[in-house]
Amino acid sequence: MIEVKNISKTFGENKVLNDISYTIKKGMCNLVIGQSGSGKSVFLKSVVGLHQVDSGAILYNGRDTTKMKSKELKALRQEIGMVFQGGALFNSSTVEENVRYPLDMFTKMTKLEKQKRVDFCLSHVNIENANQLFPSEISGGMQKRVAIARAIALNPKYLFCDEPNSGLDPITAIVIDKLIQNLTKELDITTMVITHDMNSVMEIGENIMYVYKGQKWWEGNKDKIFNTKNPELNNFVFASDLFKAVKNIANE
Amino acid sequence: MRILYHIGRFGLLQRKVFAKPEKFRILLKDILREMDKLGVGSILIIMIIMFFMGAVVTIQTALNLENPFVSKTIIGFATRDSIILEFSSTVTAVILAGIIGSNIASEIGTMRITEQLDAMEIMGVNSAGHIILPKIIGMMIMMPFLVIIAMTIGILGGLASTITIDNLSVQDYLAGLQLDFSAYRVFYSLIKSVIFAMIITMVSSYHGFHAKGGSLEVGKAGTQGVIYSIILILIANLFITQLMLT
Repeated sequence: MIEVKNISKTFGENKVLNDISYTIKKGMCNLVIGQSGSGKSVFLKSVVGLHQVDSGAILYNGRDTTKMKSKELKALRQEIGMVFQGGALFNSSTVEENVRYPLDMFTKMTKLEKQKRVDFCLSHVNIENANQLFPSEISGGMQKRVAIARAIALNPKYLFCDEPNSGLDPITAIVIDKLIQNLTKELDITTMVITHDMNSVMEIGENIMYVYKGQKWWEGNKDKIFNTKNPELNNFVFASDLFKAVKNIANE
Repeated sequence: MRILYHIGRFGLLQRKVFAKPEKFRILLKDILREMDKLGVGSILIIMIIMFFMGAVVTIQTALNLENPFVSKTIIGFATRDSIILEFSSTVTAVILAGIIGSNIASEIGTMRITEQLDAMEIMGVNSAGHIILPKIIGMMIMMPFLVIIAMTIGILGGLASTITIDNLSVQDYLAGLQLDFSAYRVFYSLIKSVIFAMIITMVSSYHGFHAKGGSLEVGKAGTQGVIYSIILILIANLFITQLMLT
């Protein structure tokens, strides 16, 4: 479990995060949603320590990362897996080398053990016969899956995904969402997903926070979000004609 | 004030670059890869440039020394010293700043904007040390070899040009090469080359590492890396020359 307590973050004059508190629950898909520019990516980067917060605390199972020394932070980071928006795969390395990278850096596994682990991770994300291909030679959906495989290579306790299905077609996006959900349950990890895709929200949203103008505006789950009376969240959820139509049908 | 900001940020980056590596075995592997990519990959272009440069220096020296009272061996002597003292190290470094500097800055800049460096940091890897240190060490090892090749090919270029010069024989040129030879000058040139290698890799990496935005900014980082590398090479050249030759 990760507890985020009253964090704020300012860039110059611009207050991007304003006193946000949120509990990221273990074994659940925790979603942070909001419009572009609402501060959700800054929130994620603050939680994983890529940005230093101005105030507040971030507790990983009670350990406050804002007060950690660099050595402790480095050790904690090996418990974190992260999937970036663009995949962030190493372009000059093959799929296999990408997944093996954290194993090379942080484990004393033998070559055979590493190979087994790489194969296990790739099979978990349903990637076969692509080990020797480069990221530029595989599709966007496959790149995301390789990124997930790399993120779980070190058996993380925490998995963070920054808009994992952006730029993907709806079917592939659902495959990625389901994959993240399944991994969360199977590996019993704490997962946080940043998204503005309402399909994802309805698919995997177990614990959702809506961020609006850098503030926590709403918290709930996918069942509650559909009947929300919060006007800003309502505008966000029912922005598309599809969701408006679904709501109308449900009301009838 | 802006320059102080950059000096401070440059210093902080170097502190990360020279921090203890995660695994020495991986560092060694990366150094070998960079030696091949940055050093071996530059040999051919250095050879081509230095061959013609040596030839042109010889022809120009010969044209300016047509006085019958001046020994023809001076032409070989002047060519040798110009190539050993300046062309092989400084000119090679300036050329490499253009080729390798932009390559390093755009490679690291692309890694920055595509979040590959962030991905490393998240895993707990010191991205600066992991990416930049092998380039610095690899280039510092390879640069003296490149300079020795540049010296040899430059002098051979001069030798080849004697065919086109009416009043200069091969014997005169070879005698000039051996005239008043000082090994210290080769040493001076090699020392310079190592420092230039550091400048090229550190400055270009700095610009790539702090690239922001998109591909346009990566291109800009590449250009800035080259410009500042060349300026610093020329400044360092002046200081090293003052220190070692006067």
